[in-house]
Amino acid sequence: MATTAAPQPKTNRIGLTVLDYRGGKTTLCAGCGHNAISERIIDAFYEMGIAPERVVKMSGIGCSSKSPAYFMGRSHSFNSVHGRMPSVTTGAVLANAKIIALGVSGDGDTASIGIGQFMHLMRRNLPMIYIIEDNGVYGLTKGQFSATADLGSKLKTGVINDLPPIDTCALAIMLGATFVGRSFSGDKRQLHTMLKAALAHRGTVMLDVISPCTTFNDHEGSTKSYKFVKDHEEPLHDLNFVPHFNEIDVDYDPGTCLNVTMHDGSSLHLRKLEEDYDPTNKTEAVKRVMQAHDAEEVLTGVLYLNTTAPNFIDMINMTDQPLATLPESVTRPSRAVLDECMEALR
Amino acid sequence: MATTEFAVHGAEPGAVREPVVNDFSIQVATVNGSGSQSANTVLLRTIFQMGIPVSGKNMFPSNIAGLPTWYTIRASKKGYIARKKEIDFLVAMNPETAREDTMSLASGAAVLYDEPLKLNELRSDVTFYAVPYDKICAAVCSESKLRKLVKNMIYVGVMAQLLRLDMAEVEKALRKQFAKKVKAADLNWNAAKAGYDYAASSLTKADPFTVERMDKTAGMIIIDGNAAAALGCMFAGVTVVTWYPITPSSSLVETLIDYMKEYRVGDDGKATFAIVQAEDELAAIGMVLGAGWAGARSMTATAGPGISLMAEFAGLGYYVEIPGVIWDIQRVGPSTGLPTRTAQGDIEFVAKLSHGDTRHPMLLPCSVAECFSMASDAFDLTEQLQTPVFVMSDLDLGMNNWMSEPFQYPDKPQNRGKVLTAEELQRAGGFARYKDVDGDGIGYRTLPGTDHPQAAWFARGSGHNETSGYSERPDDYANNMDRLAHKFETARTLVPKPEMVRNDGNEVGIIAYGTSHHAVVETLDQLQGEYGVKADYLRLRAYPFTSETHDFVAAHKRIYMIDQNRDAQMLQLLKLDIAIEEIGKLRSVRHYNGLPIDARSITDDIITQEGK
Repeated sequence: MATTAAPQPKTNRIGLTVLDYRGGKTTLCAGCGHNAISERIIDAFYEMGIAPERVVKMSGIGCSSKSPAYFMGRSHSFNSVHGRMPSVTTGAVLANAKIIALGVSGDGDTASIGIGQFMHLMRRNLPMIYIIEDNGVYGLTKGQFSATADLGSKLKTGVINDLPPIDTCALAIMLGATFVGRSFSGDKRQLHTMLKAALAHRGTVMLDVISPCTTFNDHEGSTKSYKFVKDHEEPLHDLNFVPHFNEIDVDYDPGTCLNVTMHDGSSLHLRKLEEDYDPTNKTEAVKRVMQAHDAEEVLTGVLYLNTTAPNFIDMINMTDQPLATLPESVTRPSRAVLDECMEALR
Repeated sequence: MATTEFAVHGAEPGAVREPVVNDFSIQVATVNGSGSQSANTVLLRTIFQMGIPVSGKNMFPSNIAGLPTWYTIRASKKGYIARKKEIDFLVAMNPETAREDTMSLASGAAVLYDEPLKLNELRSDVTFYAVPYDKICAAVCSESKLRKLVKNMIYVGVMAQLLRLDMAEVEKALRKQFAKKVKAADLNWNAAKAGYDYAASSLTKADPFTVERMDKTAGMIIIDGNAAAALGCMFAGVTVVTWYPITPSSSLVETLIDYMKEYRVGDDGKATFAIVQAEDELAAIGMVLGAGWAGARSMTATAGPGISLMAEFAGLGYYVEIPGVIWDIQRVGPSTGLPTRTAQGDIEFVAKLSHGDTRHPMLLPCSVAECFSMASDAFDLTEQLQTPVFVMSDLDLGMNNWMSEPFQYPDKPQNRGKVLTAEELQRAGGFARYKDVDGDGIGYRTLPGTDHPQAAWFARGSGHNETSGYSERPDDYANNMDRLAHKFETARTLVPKPEMVRNDGNEVGIIAYGTSHHAVVETLDQLQGEYGVKADYLRLRAYPFTSETHDFVAAHKRIYMIDQNRDAQMLQLLKLDIAIEEIGKLRSVRHYNGLPIDARSITDDIITQEGK
């Protein structure tokens, strides 16, 4: 009698299946770009073999900020207050620097109410991944412009935006984030690769992902619609990522390809589509991002990458064990110390 | 402009006066930024070293240099350390306020003044001593730019001679003040000696105020409340501190930084803490909650305007049930308000800080010793109750120097609350974050990073059920709110109990909290000694009110609640908490002019309301 083993589900390097990275059923609109981003997050964490228990999913308020409920249900999650996810994440990472923080925000949550905390987070280069699910519009309150809406873009109601957009990538680069990218929820391969590379970086990863709102901002005249972004996307490079636990078996021509060794030993290969673009040059990166606005291009790719700047945790020089679980014997100085302090006050 | 109200008790002009030993107040009126703080501290310390109970209060402007500032030192053989309303000895160093300061004194007071000001022409019922500061300065200090600073130490010398202070103690206090700056100490010591010599040779003692050695301060320390709180937090085991500078709380964290660098860095040079200056108070409280959620003992320190900004997050902390300690060093508000003046102005606001239904426990330290001990109480309570806990200090306590018995080492181990480990989860087969398993309203939590597939829960401000799942069901919301209310009832049994002075048969009860305590202690003596009114006293140490407070109200016919705010804030909270038929017993004594409360004002108010 022949025995056939039941087909085993595919597992990653820590023995988990992709199902272990799933979350609750989405309540966002059908076709929402945010759902595609959730899928890419699931794939990236699964493929990188990150234990979901080591991850915290952080968010503010808005459609985007609801999405952490829809992926990685085995991770702790904190849906905080509007525009203030950066501070809550900062506190959590200080308390336990071993956790992997993934923040999901929106363009309103980041560029309007949250712009202050966003900017200071970038300055600190706190180790975390910060994703903006950017649709240029407030969805949950039914279709008002956000601060990333492009000049001249049109609301469903016909209202024209007459204020210039805040470019979150340009800000992030200027202020100190060390991995800044822009992508598109419809560009599956690029976003997927960029997320895996983000997991290999120790510092602030800021990804602005254009994520069309099918309900309020996917019409003619919108610059954040699927059609507009598809027609205007200008990738800077083709990305290829080889995780640290795989062998690199492809040769890349250094003339046409930039190879970057990430913090965890993984390799990111950027095959140039634009001859002169150097993602390690801060000033040129900002310049190119601003040029894209004038040219009505949606410039995507890794806009800026710096693997040598110290992150916030390095700067604080904390002890290796998470502060959260330090025992009393470490956090309460001795009686002799109190006596010494009292003596100095006599 | 003067910080003294018109004094009411004074000697008749020309009357022969008995010596007044170890019972007087000195007010030094100067200009801020002139370096007078060192001189005043030396004066305070000298009296302290001679064994006399003493207190010092700095009444300063919100300004870096050039505006009037007053420092009062009170020596009291009976141990009263509240502000004394009457000034007995004025040291008038500020030409701008010298006249008004002099005119506001009661007759019988004494004035030390800079000779060219000619204050002695103003009135004849106070004792005047003229000092030619510039002349004396020039003799002891060759560098003209240092003279302004040295000038202050001359009045220390003059006062030492007039009050009969021991110059050896002056030198000891002065050298402690300047610590390792030997050159500065020498220069200042010469100035003090020159002042002393001048007084000895040129002034004739004509006031009754003197100091004689006592033994009431042996072994005691001098510290301000913010430094005491900082020490308390370090010994409580704080690990994450976030802050935004704001008067009068900044020195709490700045002192904490110094202490932590000294005592909380391991042998490997690595810190067992993180201190972050945030971009604003919104971020400071956000970081506190993020760290508390992740399991750290986290805190921030702020004042009224910062509290206002923290309102939204405070509600989230209450509702998501996250620990975090917030020190509110209260000042006069709103906005800039009077940032350098004291008040108990945030009581009602903090008790219910945020939108929706919220209640927050508050601890109410009255002394530097309680600033120290309540730090541990606050961290234990916040983790036990899984809710933000506020410690309500004030500028008077936080920024002034107070003498104290040395602090007691925390006698209880840290209480980290109901936190499930991966092993416990495995045994229990999972958990429901917001389920009231123990009947105290407090659920179990897990920390991010707990290595178990069932450890995760979803922290959210949105409506949630027992398993932290999103829910808009009416019964889920109401049940959760009821459990939170029940948890607050549990808090009543866990917060520090009030302290009481009670005798059978007294009709009058006084309730006070925080720094009002020191004035009330004196008021009790005044009421009985001067008016024959015997009163009982309860000092609140926390909110919510405990059963002792309810019993105290029930046991008295008239209750006087002492508030350092206009709107009788603690009285309003108490009203909500007691039976309707008890409310009529409540009477209010309020003090809200920015100055620390004094006993005489309380006594006068109570006596008026008693119809005596």
